[in-house]
Amino acid sequence: MTPRRKRMIAVAAIVIGVGAATAVALQAFQENIMYFYSPSQVTGGEAPRGRAFRLGGLVTTGSLQRTPGSIEINFLVTDNAETIPVKYSGLLPDLFREGQGVIAHGKLNDGGVFVADEVLAKHDENYMPPEVADTLKTPQSAGGAS
Amino acid sequence: MIPELGHFALILALLLAAAQAFFGLVGASRGNVAWMRAAQPAVAGQWVFLLLSFGALVWSFIQFDFSVRYVAMTSNSLLPLFYRIAAAWGGHEGSLLLWGTMLATWSIAVAAFSRSMPLPYKSRVLGVLGLVSMGFLMFMLFTSSPFERLVPAAAEGNDLNPLLQDVALAIHPPMLYLGYVGFSVAFAFACATLIEGRLDVAWARWARPWTLAAWLCLTIGITLGSWWAYYELGWGGYWFWDPVENASFMPWLMGAALIHSLAVTEKRGLFKSWTLLLAVGAFSLSLLGTFLVRSGVLVSVHAFATDPARGLFILGFLVAVIGGALALYTWRAPVLKSDAGFELLSREAFVLFNNALLVAATGLILLGTLYPLFMDAMELGKISVGPPYFGVAFLIPMVPLLLLLGVGMHSSWKRSHIGPIGRLFGVLLGAAVVLALLVSKFAYGQVHFMGVVGFTVAFWVMGSALYEPIRRGGNLRGLPAGFWGMTLAHFGVGLFALGITGVESYRIEKDISLGAGDVTELSGYEFRFDGTKQVRGPNYDAIEGTVVLSRDGKAFKTLHPQKRFYASGGNAMTEAGIHATPTRDLFVALGEDLGAGKWSMRVQYKPLIRYIWLGALFMALGGLVSATDRRYRAKLPATARAPGGTMAGEGAR
Repeated sequence: MTPRRKRMIAVAAIVIGVGAATAVALQAFQENIMYFYSPSQVTGGEAPRGRAFRLGGLVTTGSLQRTPGSIEINFLVTDNAETIPVKYSGLLPDLFREGQGVIAHGKLNDGGVFVADEVLAKHDENYMPPEVADTLKTPQSAGGAS
Repeated sequence: MIPELGHFALILALLLAAAQAFFGLVGASRGNVAWMRAAQPAVAGQWVFLLLSFGALVWSFIQFDFSVRYVAMTSNSLLPLFYRIAAAWGGHEGSLLLWGTMLATWSIAVAAFSRSMPLPYKSRVLGVLGLVSMGFLMFMLFTSSPFERLVPAAAEGNDLNPLLQDVALAIHPPMLYLGYVGFSVAFAFACATLIEGRLDVAWARWARPWTLAAWLCLTIGITLGSWWAYYELGWGGYWFWDPVENASFMPWLMGAALIHSLAVTEKRGLFKSWTLLLAVGAFSLSLLGTFLVRSGVLVSVHAFATDPARGLFILGFLVAVIGGALALYTWRAPVLKSDAGFELLSREAFVLFNNALLVAATGLILLGTLYPLFMDAMELGKISVGPPYFGVAFLIPMVPLLLLLGVGMHSSWKRSHIGPIGRLFGVLLGAAVVLALLVSKFAYGQVHFMGVVGFTVAFWVMGSALYEPIRRGGNLRGLPAGFWGMTLAHFGVGLFALGITGVESYRIEKDISLGAGDVTELSGYEFRFDGTKQVRGPNYDAIEGTVVLSRDGKAFKTLHPQKRFYASGGNAMTEAGIHATPTRDLFVALGEDLGAGKWSMRVQYKPLIRYIWLGALFMALGGLVSATDRRYRAKLPATARAPGGTMAGEGAR
């Protein structure tokens, strides 16, 4: 084999390898994209069933429910138009509070309850997640995610 | 008065940066020696004035000058001295000033330590650095001066974000910036090479120590950030694939590719234009990182700026730098043809694989980082890309990269000759697989597929890195620093893989509710919760839990996780309790009072997690050792080395 041919083989190997890797990665990309939905969109049936997504809004004041001593917690997330019940079991972020913006990752169960596996709160006093801020401004038009 | 002096020094620094750019670039193109020489005092002057400016800012912090807006925003009168100084770069404006100061520091180092370069080339390098510096100084003066006054002065400051009040995080930004900014040197070398249309590859030898230095600073900076996130954010994660983290990781990957590619260009005269492109790419990604973090387009702990004017300025700057450099590249690169060939299993080929895989990893991370921003900007929906994607996207290029690394380390320039390890590397690979299986089975009790793959590549790379020193027995003298650097860094890659594999495959995490006296068990360790009490710190109050760790009924450590409430306001902070040994960390974070005397807690078992940071430190150390190689200091005439001249006998890269 001439050096030139060997180099062609090397280049071809790289192209095939990178191509295959990219295909697998894009597959993973497809599977891990999480869409954001507001409570109005979830009520309107836009949110997927059986697939994880992000739900954002405000924690309804007075909606926090916990059996004393249990790590499980229930609360409502609202965009001032619709409200979705959320169930979560685990540590809540330091900044989680009633009346504050929150984003939860999880899935809807058959009873229409959003079962969260992760709950994120705003990072500081002055900050509101932009997705949440958007949904609050336009509760009727169902937020920015179309 | 002091803040005004600082502001004035900043303006003078901008003027000197302009002078540096003008005399450096125009002087070189006109061949005017006096002008070219003038670029150097301009660099020195710019550096001095930026130091003065930075000193003025630090002074304002030390003196509690709350009439300065930035000081009032990021510190208060209760903040200890150390954090008052660190607060100087705890916010947007100050961190930019730090950027500028570091750029000037790199520039003056280039001016001082590049005596072997021909004057026109050096002037062009300094000229390009001057242009970059101008961009940053203008950004600071026009949109975000740290010296802006508050009228009337604030009576009390706002406080540094309590999250940032930590030693590791106080030095994290300076190290990170040293790395980011350091790639500007490689960028300037690349631009100067393109402007001159240099056909020889001496520039690659000049650029190598600078690139290594920048990359090693970035390595340390990222490592500190990861370590900080682990113990300070309170949740025991060491990497979140947060856009801000990705912003620092992408230039790191590109820089790693550049380091290897520069070696090939220097030694063999190959990949000339590719290397230039990587140098442009690494710095562009550094700037992109700055844009992402500073413009407020992202949402995260780090993104404190939300002023669109700033975002537009950086975006414009980014377009000018990348666009300008790529235009230069398109114009000049066709001149730079590589004429030497190489074989399929030569070192050149392995570096080519290395580069392809590192760039692929960078590309996949870039996709995951920018795609949500793109979708949002196009109003196509708000999405986020989950960490599992990044896990896969990172693993796909990294496993082959590490497998090839084990062989590539021992390959020779030019020829398909794998060195003496040729016969042995099958044995080594087999041994790595067996060892991986044994460790999985007996240390962790379960054979997990990715765990075995990860341990295999880790042992394979470490074994391969140790092969040469072991083969030589006691006779290690005379090996160049470059060899030791390579060995250390690659051994570090193996350690890093070991750590990641241990944590990702065998960690255990539990969120539970515990009352005083309750015990929970994790991988043979018992955690007994003994209740909470109130404690007081210098500028916070805290609730402190007591958790006793024991194994087989024998208590060996008491941890005190805390929930802190800072005097300056609002946010509670979680301070985790961690017990670390070489084989595992036990981690306890206090959640909240659940009522009925119970607390929510996160308990974790993290095997081998320390090797992640240890491995990264080995990589940084390897970079440091390589950068000190005597060859880089030797004063060779630029023409002494013909392009394509081989140094195959040298052993190291």
